[in-house]
Amino acid sequence: MRRRITQREEHIFKNRLLTAGTRKAIEAFGYRELRAALRVEMKLLKVLTLLFVIVGGAFIAIAWRPSIAAVDLSSVQNFDAPLVKRGAQLAALGNCTTCHTAPGGPPFAGGVALPTPFGVIYSTNITPEAESGIGGWSELAFRRAMREGVDREGRHLYPAFPYDHFTMLTDTDIAALYAYFMVREPVYAKAPPNEVSFPLNFRPLIAAWKLLFLHAGPYWPDPEQSDAWNRGAYLVEGLAHCGGCHTPRNTFGAEKSRRKFAGGDAEGWTAYALDGSSPAPVPWDAEALQIYLRSGWHDHHGLARGPMAPIIDSLTEAASAQDLQAMTVYLMGFLGEPGAERRRAGQSRIDRVRIPPSLESQTVGQGGTSQDAVDGEKIYQATCASCHEGHARGPFGGIDLSLSTGPSGPDARNVLNVVLWGLPPAEGVRSPSMPGFAGALTQKQLVDLLTFVRSRFSDKPAWKQIEKDVRETLSGQRSVMVHPSPGTDLTPVSE
Amino acid sequence: MKLNVNGRDHEVEVDPETPLLYVLRNELALNGAKFGCGLGQCGACTVMVDGEAVFSCLTPLLVLEGKRITTIEGLGTLENPAPLQSSFIAEQAAQCGYCIAGMIMRAQAILQKNPGASSAEIRAGLEPNLCRCGTHMRILRAVLRAAGQMRTVGSSAKRSVP
Repeated sequence: MRRRITQREEHIFKNRLLTAGTRKAIEAFGYRELRAALRVEMKLLKVLTLLFVIVGGAFIAIAWRPSIAAVDLSSVQNFDAPLVKRGAQLAALGNCTTCHTAPGGPPFAGGVALPTPFGVIYSTNITPEAESGIGGWSELAFRRAMREGVDREGRHLYPAFPYDHFTMLTDTDIAALYAYFMVREPVYAKAPPNEVSFPLNFRPLIAAWKLLFLHAGPYWPDPEQSDAWNRGAYLVEGLAHCGGCHTPRNTFGAEKSRRKFAGGDAEGWTAYALDGSSPAPVPWDAEALQIYLRSGWHDHHGLARGPMAPIIDSLTEAASAQDLQAMTVYLMGFLGEPGAERRRAGQSRIDRVRIPPSLESQTVGQGGTSQDAVDGEKIYQATCASCHEGHARGPFGGIDLSLSTGPSGPDARNVLNVVLWGLPPAEGVRSPSMPGFAGALTQKQLVDLLTFVRSRFSDKPAWKQIEKDVRETLSGQRSVMVHPSPGTDLTPVSE
Repeated sequence: MKLNVNGRDHEVEVDPETPLLYVLRNELALNGAKFGCGLGQCGACTVMVDGEAVFSCLTPLLVLEGKRITTIEGLGTLENPAPLQSSFIAEQAAQCGYCIAGMIMRAQAILQKNPGASSAEIRAGLEPNLCRCGTHMRILRAVLRAAGQMRTVGSSAKRSVP
């Protein structure tokens, strides 16, 4: 069905160069109608453009941060020694070195690769070197970076730098940290470019992330809680940023505030839950937690390993007894008082381990019935049992696995990491250690061993993804950072 | 059970839980690998299993079925030493010598995988092996010398090189 072409339209067809499409459209709808429709569309386009400009402008207003003028290092005042010392302690409590010092590299020169679900991010040089470090940063610029995650030039920093925690620090503490870093040895070192793909490499987008997930501002003490609790909260939530590993993250890489301390991961390791869902077979109490935080070891829990090991070293070095006690008070609020049932179950494990194995079986779980578990038991008996059931303290023996959190953890990864690479000894001091078995066991043998360890030493259901975890770890698809053990001397004192 | 050591199959009649080291020394008379601590902390017992350095004092036979074990006796002979062996001789890297077989086997595993290993990589790789005499600097020199030879020959140093 075709419209009649008007005279005017015929005129248009004759005198204008029209594409075949436009001509067809005019034939179908008529010139006048088409023009009217186009006008409406143009108006809509204008409105949309305006909206875009407003939203874009607002976004730029939110995302844009000014550059803060570089300071000349020679003009920086001399810092008081006590202030620098305080800064050193705080830097240790915040564990700056783990991310900002490459293994074997100069202190705080950065360049450490941090694998994230969004790509690899390299830590930056935080020595006071003018060009590649923070040498040109005024205290104002340093404070802004800590509070808002913006560098001196005004660029938004990725939240791999835990400013969502550091924002809570007091001005005094930030000043001490600034003083400490400004008197470090300046090192010229440029971090490799981040391997973050589009659109996440567009830094202004981080402003949107901050809008959603950064609650900037110093810590406000809770007047209803004790001083110790408040001090603990300030340390745990702020400087020590425990939640960075122990709290699960959402799709955008932000900590899920509603699941605080429900367990997360770090550097290829599982960070255990520190709330009521803690997988520790013997429930934590304040005394045990404080011993563990101070020494990295507790007889009923085992050794701090993976990324927790250097944190213990920092705490040993820098945390006062009061600070450790405060952190314990605060964390115990999340771990909670264990119920009578859990306490009894924990105590029965402790009692069982005390009895020589010849008198009573150490079995906690059902024991394995699958072929995997049967084969795994042979490997365990021949390879692991002599140390782990030998009733000798480290470094000559390991913890009885029914007390270790590993076999009761949410997945096999931590036990797997330790079986493969062991617990490397600390450098220069006595420490627990365990040899790794990476070259000796095949993929199948590892799966069998882990299947057995879970079935024997935990009363929880079998791990679901052992094979996948083993495969991805052996192939290097899952990168794992192996750290030396904390420098804790477990050698029995001779009488 | 059957055990493949230095390219030869051996039939051994021992408890499968027995650590490899005891079988090598007591059953097969391969005395190169040494018993040091028995805890996997000193590295004197190091041998290669499928190209990886392992502590033979901690590795039970039952996980070794079908794998290829290489001990220092499998690297070279007196007349025809392997690059690492000749380099250790050239650098006089042994003092008491107890740790040397383990050192050489771990170094062999490192260089076999990466003949271009840097001095830092070799240092890090050798960390599990201890030497109480303190010839570490000579050991490092010997391994670097062998690495150079392995690169020029372009072999993964099965043997040859005088």
